[in-house]
Amino acid sequence: MSALLLATPVLADGVIGFNVDALAHNFWALTVDGLTYGAIYALVATGYTLVYGVLRLINFAHSEVFMFGMFGQYATLMLLGFAPSGNAYSEGTLLTIVYLGIAMLGGMIVSGGTAVGLERVAYRPLRKRGAPSLAFLITAIGASFVLQEFVHFILPKLTNNELGGANAQQPIVLVVPSVQFTFLGASVTNIELIIVAAALILTFATNQFIVATKFGRGIRAVAQDPVTATLMGVSRERIIMLTFLIGGVLAGAAALLYTLRVPNGIIYSGGFILGIKAFTAAVLGGIGNLRGALLGGLLLGVMELYGQALFGTEWRDVVAFVLLILVLMFRPTGILGESLGRARA
Amino acid sequence: MTGTAIGKPRTADRPHGGTGDRVRLWWDALPRQTQWLFGIPAFALVAALPVLRPPVLTTVGTDFGGVLAQFGMYALLAVGLNVVVGQAGLLDLGYVGFYAIGAYTVALLTSPNSPWNLTDDWLSRSWGWLFALPIAIAITAVSGLILGSPTLRLRGDYLAIVTLGFGEIVRLLADNLSDITGGGRGLSSIAYPVVGTSEKRPFGVFSAGNTQHAPTYGVWWFWLSLILLAITLILIGNLERSRVGRAWVSIREDEDAAEIMGVPTFRFKLWAFVIGASIGGLSGALYAGQVQFVVPSSFNVINSMLFLCAVVLGGQGNKLGVIAGAFIVVYLPNFFLGRTSLLGIPIDGNTIANYKYLFFGLALIVLMIFRPQGLFPARQKLLTYGRELYVAARRAAGYGKPAPEPTTEQGGAS
Repeated sequence: MSALLLATPVLADGVIGFNVDALAHNFWALTVDGLTYGAIYALVATGYTLVYGVLRLINFAHSEVFMFGMFGQYATLMLLGFAPSGNAYSEGTLLTIVYLGIAMLGGMIVSGGTAVGLERVAYRPLRKRGAPSLAFLITAIGASFVLQEFVHFILPKLTNNELGGANAQQPIVLVVPSVQFTFLGASVTNIELIIVAAALILTFATNQFIVATKFGRGIRAVAQDPVTATLMGVSRERIIMLTFLIGGVLAGAAALLYTLRVPNGIIYSGGFILGIKAFTAAVLGGIGNLRGALLGGLLLGVMELYGQALFGTEWRDVVAFVLLILVLMFRPTGILGESLGRARA
Repeated sequence: MTGTAIGKPRTADRPHGGTGDRVRLWWDALPRQTQWLFGIPAFALVAALPVLRPPVLTTVGTDFGGVLAQFGMYALLAVGLNVVVGQAGLLDLGYVGFYAIGAYTVALLTSPNSPWNLTDDWLSRSWGWLFALPIAIAITAVSGLILGSPTLRLRGDYLAIVTLGFGEIVRLLADNLSDITGGGRGLSSIAYPVVGTSEKRPFGVFSAGNTQHAPTYGVWWFWLSLILLAITLILIGNLERSRVGRAWVSIREDEDAAEIMGVPTFRFKLWAFVIGASIGGLSGALYAGQVQFVVPSSFNVINSMLFLCAVVLGGQGNKLGVIAGAFIVVYLPNFFLGRTSLLGIPIDGNTIANYKYLFFGLALIVLMIFRPQGLFPARQKLLTYGRELYVAARRAAGYGKPAPEPTTEQGGAS
């Protein structure tokens, strides 16, 4: 046992060091960067939340929907004539915004299509058979495998090795990060501005869609009480499809924003960790609750970066997972509580 | 059985009369001694596989013994995960975490790279593995308790995500605590049982250097894991037939109803979790001993999905079924590896083996739609009343007769 006792100080000494200085010095910089990541998490989290609100189902394969979005926007840019050289393009502000908009649209279409296809091929047959929720989860895992391996092995064959494969895509850089202004000593770059602004606009639009339109009312109705909603003339199947579509579209938008921040992240396995984090965000805010997804996403993004500053870069993912376990232990309903049906007009 | 009011009854609800069922009923009706009479030669035949090396079955691209050793570990994992998923109905996606903890415990105690190495200190290297084995099982059991006690109060789908996070945390810890675990470099020269030393095999039959002389070290590890598997199966089988097993089944079928009927659900869920974890740790310890080298990347979460695939493919709740599932998951990719033709038809075996996750993913989706109970579904036996009554009830339940109206529960057999 002597060896065990001798080794104990190793753990205490500085395997995990607390670096409070790093946190204190870069507090605002970390906050700004955290909000950027958080905005992306929030968009993906909305997809989890919507599907959960309507179907009481955790769509595990949503991370792969996001990953497809990354490839979708990348393919769109390639179709627009951008070659992945690694060098930055300078197209002027207006044209860049137009290109980004088109790429986002491409990502949204691919992601939305993937999400709806997933629903039709994998989940709908199970619903028809009244399968238990365990079967849905296992199906989602299977679908996740299939989508990942499709990009890993099949996509390179279809696209002449231009897309997919074992390695990350060579980035297409449209926007070079440049500091726009400083805020309390934290420099804010154009990329961070684009991401946060786009995410806020999209979240707001989604919220309006759910709260103020006929389709949104249908979604809320099905979330509250599927049977009564059906009796009132709401088509449950169409609402479910719409829900998956909205979730997919938002994931596609998030995919473009994410590749702006992390240009080297376009790889077949790139959705997994982000998916779990987005799910954590959804649970943190209260799954099934739209505003909760936004709040949870932003909070998680910020806390993750604080944790990274405190413990070191390699602990970043651990912070997110531990946070997930803590939230589920102490407040499983999340900060704002679970409710899509009760989202008020 | 609810939810089948409309339309054709599902396969599971129809009176059993298929070939598989007939075989099973015949088997169940045999006296216990006759079952042993058939069972022991069958077991011996499986154990003799790597020595007999049957022509088509023997793998081409990799060492057959090594593949079977891996199968032995996966079979243990599948049996352990089956307790959690199949018996108690708790979806555990971080099972690889327990596997990793078991492997790393052995590694930390016996690898010379580890700061906690005990061998050559006061523990002989020859016996280090055997000494570390019970410790590994105990530590994984405790880790199962630590993970389970806060999280098993959660709903099923949350539990899946939390365990997924746990599996990832274990891997990240192994990766990040590089002062202790060696980080990405891993821990090497892990102890293994040194027995059967001879001139041809100077480091014993279990040594990774024993690849020249058949039976190779993989075969020995396969035999060792078969013995451990048999012990585990007997223990788990006894548990399943006891009050604990009935509690698990009741929790899986309807947790609220079980709670109302006075089953302390949380306690039994925790039991399932801890027992499952310790079997995972046992398998991990075997892995560490066989490979004699652990790195974090061997414990990716995707492995958890493979374990789950084995359980779901084989049939949740059926011990022998999940072992068959483990065999499929381990053996099939290796069967195709390096094979250029099958039955005279030219195939690209390496590509097929590469696509294993794609095929297993598709299998999961298709299985959940068309055969959610798996390839070898479990039959819930009339556990309390003994085998004779079970067989009698099953005979009465329509076997051999034209199917009657499927209205009643027919003796509860399903």
